[in-house]
Amino acid sequence: MKIVVCIKQVPRRDDLLRINADKSWIDESSLSFEANESDAYALEEALRLKEKHGGEVIVATLGPSDASKTIKEGLAKGADRAIHLCDSTFEKLDAVATAKSLAAAIGPEAPDVIFTGLQSDDLGYGQTGVLMAEMLDLPHASIVIALETSEDGKTLRVKRELENGWFQWISMATPALVTIQSGINKPRYASLKGIMGAKKKPVDVRTASDLGLNADALTPREAIGSLYLPVREKQTEMLEGDAETVAAALVARLRGNGVI
Amino acid sequence: MAEFRGVDFYGIEALLSEEEKLARDSVRQYVEDNVIPIVDDFYERGEFPMDLVRPLGELGVFGANLPTEYGCAGMNNVAYGLVTQELERGDSGIRSFVSVQGALVMYPIFTFGSEEHRQTWLPKLATGEKIGCFGLTEPDHGSDPGGMVTRARKTSDGYVLNGAKAWITSGSVADVAVVWAKDDDGRVRGFLVEKGTPGFSAPEIHKKHSLRASVTSELFFDDCHIPDANLLPGSGGLKSPLMCLNQARYGIAWGGIGAAMACYDTSLRYALGRTQFGRPIASFQLQQAKFAEMLTEITKMQLLALQLGRLKDDGKVTPAQISMAKRNNVDWALKIARMARTILGANGIASEYPVMRHMNNLESVYTYEGTHDIHTLILGEAATGISSFK
Ligand SMILES: Cc1cc2nc3c(=O)[nH]c(=O)nc-3n(C[C@H](O)[C@H](O)[C@H](O)COP(=O)(O)OP(=O)(O)OC[C@H]3O[C@@H](n4cnc5c(N)ncnc54)[C@H](O)[C@@H]3O)c2cc1C
Repeated sequence: MKIVVCIKQVPRRDDLLRINADKSWIDESSLSFEANESDAYALEEALRLKEKHGGEVIVATLGPSDASKTIKEGLAKGADRAIHLCDSTFEKLDAVATAKSLAAAIGPEAPDVIFTGLQSDDLGYGQTGVLMAEMLDLPHASIVIALETSEDGKTLRVKRELENGWFQWISMATPALVTIQSGINKPRYASLKGIMGAKKKPVDVRTASDLGLNADALTPREAIGSLYLPVREKQTEMLEGDAETVAAALVARLRGNGVI
Repeated sequence: MAEFRGVDFYGIEALLSEEEKLARDSVRQYVEDNVIPIVDDFYERGEFPMDLVRPLGELGVFGANLPTEYGCAGMNNVAYGLVTQELERGDSGIRSFVSVQGALVMYPIFTFGSEEHRQTWLPKLATGEKIGCFGLTEPDHGSDPGGMVTRARKTSDGYVLNGAKAWITSGSVADVAVVWAKDDDGRVRGFLVEKGTPGFSAPEIHKKHSLRASVTSELFFDDCHIPDANLLPGSGGLKSPLMCLNQARYGIAWGGIGAAMACYDTSLRYALGRTQFGRPIASFQLQQAKFAEMLTEITKMQLLALQLGRLKDDGKVTPAQISMAKRNNVDWALKIARMARTILGANGIASEYPVMRHMNNLESVYTYEGTHDIHTLILGEAATGISSFK
């Protein structure tokens, strides 16, 4: 079974975030980075599938050159090789362009299963996985909290988290793409032997032009206009009078604000 | 509560390789998840958490700087040092177990053992399937191990051991003891004594106030016959056990940083949250002076250990350089633990916080692997060229 798992490097969860000077993004200079949380669970799921069915696990990462530490961690935990999409053209992509780039790198591998995390902890779009599935013409399931495979590995049975405590079990044929929810398993620790072994595993670095992509194809369809901390605003208006008057005034106010 | 993030006031992170950081982070996470939540209960009960041994083996911490062909991780010494640092942030008892297994048992088997010894023991010690201990200290010979009275008398097919060892970490749980004894010529040799060998017993020493989550034992040899094959052929003279101690002291120098960081981090969080006289106690100058001192000393400890590791990786380290780091880092770890304890007030003595446990543990670390005084004398000799021992 050939399994690709997409891992994004994101700022650490408890890092102190500051907005950069031109308000376009957070100031990354003082941050430390780690694997996106749900991606770490996706990697563990991939490694377990490999343990059950054999085959190989490939880490795919789109990110700057210092994402190599996160890639190495994936290799140290047991992935066999990695594809690192690393090029200045890949900076500040939107979800569509990210999915397009990853699809261009992963598609030719013809994997049986592609895993991504549910969403990235920094941008939080939750779209990259499902967009990629569409671009590669693969069935997909999102927000998966349990996964089973048939003996021959040709069918996946997954449990999806819906809203309000509802769940859904669905089956699908491979090749398929699954976006993994945090908590599906208990990710392993990178062993010291694994860390040393990771040095010898191949990391294939690809630029946009290697993948036949150019800046035009990757132009974001949406961009962050300006980033700011939530402004604290509070206005209190006392409605006075008897209950009937107050209720009428309240209803008028809510209608006026378009709340009801 | 926010995760522990280490202490890095001097941008030391930038001096570490990717592998070194990954090794540290992986062990830090392991310790955070598996050691810190349980270790205080074990400490209270005076029990070593045996269930951690196999997982620690899987993680690869035993003899992590020994070669991969014997099932070890083959890491450099800086990465190995960072591993012991993180283990000691959990508890000095866990780090002691790992130091003994790797530096005092696997290292001598690797260095002085036959190829058969290496093949037989190293892979199993690396996974934690087998446990080892190191018997050098005797009831009457601590700082002066050359005075040891344990004897290995040659017989036709082996040796007969007689004598006693004291204060031996992991003694009662060990499958194999690396025992140092004088042969008929009065030369110190290393022997592998397996658990269950007739004439060998290893009762545990109870009622300790320090390293309570660690097994400490006596070893008794009463006409204990061991075959020729159990002699470590490469060992000879007091230099052999001292070479082992250098390996262990190296790891201890890093371990001190771990204990110190735990105490600093705990007391800093506490001081920021605790209010007296309407202000956080962290805002008072007397407490700030403690933090300034702790932060400075931790930073110095880190730089000392890191350069020591680089020297060791280059094969240039001297025993006296190791003495300096062991002496300084454990001494300051202990002082920092005491300072942190005062910042926590009454809570400083409570089990809920790790500070007093570290403080008590460090009293052992201060004494074992060469007491603070003995390292002072080694450095005195390095400085003056005059030995005060002879
Ligand atoms: C928890 C624990 C675990 C241990 N584990 C092991 C182990 O696994 N294996 C092992 O072999 N040993 C082990 N030890 C023993 C340890 O290494 C010794 O305790 C240490 O070497 C000191 O020896 P001692 O206790 O006999 O003290 P002593 O040597 O009697 O020293 C007592 C005091 O005298 C001072 N002193 C001694 N000589 C001089 C001098 N020349 N000049 C000035 N001052 C001097 C010392 O600094 C100390 O303050 C362990 C000890 C402890 C506490």
